[in-house]
Amino acid sequence: MMDSITNFLSHFFVTGDPMIYGADASIALVSVAVLAVLTYFKKWKWLWNEWLTTVDHKKIGIMYIIAALLMFFRGGVDALMMRTQLAMPGLSFLNAEHYNQVFTTHGTIMIIFAAMPFIFGLMNIAVPLQIGARDVAFPFLNAVSFWLFFAGAMLFNLSFVIGGSPDAGWSSYAPFAGIELNPGVGQNYYVLAVQISGIGSLATGINFLVTILKMRAPGMKLFKMPMFSWSILITSVIIIFAFPAFTVALALMTIDRLFGAHFFTIAAGGSPMLWANLFWFWGHPEVYIVLLPVFGIFSDVIATFAHKTLFGYAVMVWSMIAISFLSFITWLHHFFTMGNTAPVNAFFSISTMLIAIPTGVKIFNWLFTLNKGRIEFTTPMLWALAFIPNFTIGGVTGVMLAMAPADYQYHNSYFLVAHFHSTLIAGTVFGIFCGLHYWWPKMFGYLLDEKKGKWAFWVFMISFNICFMPMYFLGLMGMTRRMYTYPAGLGWGPINFIMTIGAFGMGIGFAIMAYNIVWSAIHGKKDTTGDPWDGRTLEWSIASPAPEYNFAHIPTVSTRDAFETMKEEKRAGRAKPPAPFKPIHMPNNSGIPVIMSAFMFVAGFGFVFWWFWMAIPGVIGVIACLIARSFVYDDFHHIPVDEIERTERAAGRLS
Amino acid sequence: MIKTFKMKMAVALLPLLALLTGCSDNIAVLNPQGPVAREQYHLIVWSLIMMSLVLAIVLIIFIYVLVRFGRRKSKGFDPNDTGNRKLEIIWLIVPVLICILLAVPTVKTLYALNQPPKATAAAPAALNGSKTLTIDVTSVQWKWLFRYPDQKIETVNYVVIPAGIPVQFRLHAYDAMNAFWVPELGGQQYTMTDMPMKLWLQADKPGNYDGRSSNYSGRGFAQMTFTVMARSANDFDNWISSVKNNQPALTHAKYMQLLEPNTVKPQEFSSYPAIVAKDFNKAQMDAVMNGESPEKDSMPGMDMGNGGKGGQK
Ligand code: HEM
Ligand SMILES: [Cu+2]
Ligand SMILES: [Cu+2]
Repeated sequence: MMDSITNFLSHFFVTGDPMIYGADASIALVSVAVLAVLTYFKKWKWLWNEWLTTVDHKKIGIMYIIAALLMFFRGGVDALMMRTQLAMPGLSFLNAEHYNQVFTTHGTIMIIFAAMPFIFGLMNIAVPLQIGARDVAFPFLNAVSFWLFFAGAMLFNLSFVIGGSPDAGWSSYAPFAGIELNPGVGQNYYVLAVQISGIGSLATGINFLVTILKMRAPGMKLFKMPMFSWSILITSVIIIFAFPAFTVALALMTIDRLFGAHFFTIAAGGSPMLWANLFWFWGHPEVYIVLLPVFGIFSDVIATFAHKTLFGYAVMVWSMIAISFLSFITWLHHFFTMGNTAPVNAFFSISTMLIAIPTGVKIFNWLFTLNKGRIEFTTPMLWALAFIPNFTIGGVTGVMLAMAPADYQYHNSYFLVAHFHSTLIAGTVFGIFCGLHYWWPKMFGYLLDEKKGKWAFWVFMISFNICFMPMYFLGLMGMTRRMYTYPAGLGWGPINFIMTIGAFGMGIGFAIMAYNIVWSAIHGKKDTTGDPWDGRTLEWSIASPAPEYNFAHIPTVSTRDAFETMKEEKRAGRAKPPAPFKPIHMPNNSGIPVIMSAFMFVAGFGFVFWWFWMAIPGVIGVIACLIARSFVYDDFHHIPVDEIERTERAAGRLS
Repeated sequence: MIKTFKMKMAVALLPLLALLTGCSDNIAVLNPQGPVAREQYHLIVWSLIMMSLVLAIVLIIFIYVLVRFGRRKSKGFDPNDTGNRKLEIIWLIVPVLICILLAVPTVKTLYALNQPPKATAAAPAALNGSKTLTIDVTSVQWKWLFRYPDQKIETVNYVVIPAGIPVQFRLHAYDAMNAFWVPELGGQQYTMTDMPMKLWLQADKPGNYDGRSSNYSGRGFAQMTFTVMARSANDFDNWISSVKNNQPALTHAKYMQLLEPNTVKPQEFSSYPAIVAKDFNKAQMDAVMNGESPEKDSMPGMDMGNGGKGGQK
């Protein structure tokens, strides 16, 4: 009896590694500390009322960003562990099992639990404000999306200490990811955690598509929208078309693993190649889901700090539309070497190269926005400027990879790893950090410190180059990705060592940024005007931080740079006197999203361990929440006029 | 501001320069040792030239606008400069041209690689009059099995080929997917359990070339390496007959041992049992060992036999 219990526990909790005990201890300590602080300061009610049950898009956005920053930290620690292990030939800092888990969690967390939620956070904050709306189209669904992501992220991270992490790579190729070759719960965590957060992502896509199509301020035609909102509109469409493929693929793999089906197995006519097709049919559009939004951010930021309208606005929009279309017909470039005939590879080579055309057009339009501008080197602008050359390197190497016969030599090597980090870091990460600094005052009412922000930028950007430029050569030397070690004598040591130095430099850059966030929370400069950057779009026309209802009056829009035009009119003395306030219709808070996601977590955890006694009640709980919600009839309230008046006066908006 | 920006850019580029000048011999892909790798190398160099051009143009404009319009009191500020048809058409057409210049050789090379390379040496006697050599490759977690179907021998984790002779590798996987890559001789192909794939390679001259799996397959993946030994016709014949005469036969039991997931030393066998030549995958082998028919496990609609039209699709 005792034996079987200890045996169970030693499999349940991951044991035998000091790093994992360290993680156990720190998770326990942090949890206790958080609980203690909340209890001591009597903050439980505040937490529940203001945050856990909120349906306010701005608060949901902030929660996304906090969670995504934590996930960046986790993914970054994974990256540093990998780089430490690879710093020199033959090290044994991590063994093969650990390294395999770490690169898998690094990739999965960075893409699904860090980059995408961060972007969701920024779009939650900025899109309704940019289009002059008071909330998203489906505020309740928005909260559900967030909490599903959160439940998925927690479930995925739990695998580090309970049961063991997945180790089949973020792409989880069958048959290796199947139950025959990969028994244990790790891969179950992958399929279930990613599925749970994926449902939330799909809902977010639908939500923002409807929001942008239906809730723009009067006068804001589609072709008068700010570029970030345009990019989110297109991204939402990509999400809606791409995610179902992944949902299905994950569901099939779940059925394979939990119930012994044979969709992707070696046995019984399963087709491993089907997984590759389904995965990349989602996976390639996914990289544009994390890239197009930052194109939008850069467009707005570059226009703002060049103090010019965006150059070639319509072309910029059409380029994004072209990219989104092409992104669905290139997925096979991820497996040119999987036995396709020459015509098939030729088609996908060319379709992939074609993406370079609209992307190149966008680069030149950004450059010509800067041309004849009055460039102001603020922190967000530095991130945007650094994006241009660094991302171009990722783009041109992408074209090189698109040439199938050449890809036979690059595929799965460090050349590939270098390429996708050049796009994911110089594109997505630079863009996220850019947007974070840019919209920070709108979220919190004070600015991040510029000096520290610039330090973080330079350290991170230079280290990025030290880490990833040499990596291209390493790939050409024949080092493949996902190797946990390499022997001496191949000449790979020095380059790997340089890369590790760069990786730690990036860690330092991130730490400076984290320090800046803490420092600025205490000493940051207040943003009293609501328009700290001399912005051009509507989010800067309201107070910072944005009031609950966003706009006391819904603005009327006549030009692309709506707020710039308002300011010009004001300077010319043509501003209209404000109309009297009217009560504002707002959605009610709801505890159902967070409770439902908790049930989802329970169900997911049960399925991971094949514990149906736990999974089924979890599923029932989810259904019960859905039913309960359908009986909620009065889900809104009105903010009375005197409260609006009080808020506006406190923000200095009423004279 | 601008000055520090440029200085910091220069610092960032230093390690790159050091690399470029240092060690190009080490860079396997840029050091092709056979016609297939050479063809790919030419394509790579061509794309590198075109792409450096693109990068250079972007960098020049980038630096120009920053220097010119990044100063406090720069002249020429024009907030109404919002578009320029002519320019926009230029930077639409130039990328299209570049794409065409890259696509044409890409497609040509794609088709060319389906054909065997031209032999540059006389065929060894062990090929029995054939002008090419065929080798069946099976990836097993975490080792490489090489079978010479015409010479009837088998090796593990190394393969000997005649220099200057086109070699067709027929690739299979027993369990996990892997990829067969010998960078100095040519690009990779996956090995899969449900479809055989073909890869032509040829070595210019005798020598040893490192190969490794390039698709992750689990714990022993990093050690899943092999050596391709190209030999003169004479040495190749001698090697074949020495294996045939001096090495043990691969027994069924020994074969089953090799199929266990582990890493092993290079080895060679003078013959192999009939079951080896069936290229069963793990599921099929398990069925056979349980006394069932393996056929029901194959992929419907695909020819799983040896001589099948493998690698299509
Ligand atoms: C400090 C910054 C980072 C460093 C030093 C770093 C390092 C690495 C390394 C060394 C690998 C290859 C591991 C291997 O194949 O053995 C890797 C893989 C990967 N990285 Fe990063 N990375 C960083 C940031 C990011 C970011 C920001 C993203 C995405 C937004 C990302 C996404 C990925 C993905 C998807 C993989 C592939 C994982 C797999 O093979 O399954 N990384 N990273
Ligand atoms: Cu892709
Ligand atoms: Cu097939």
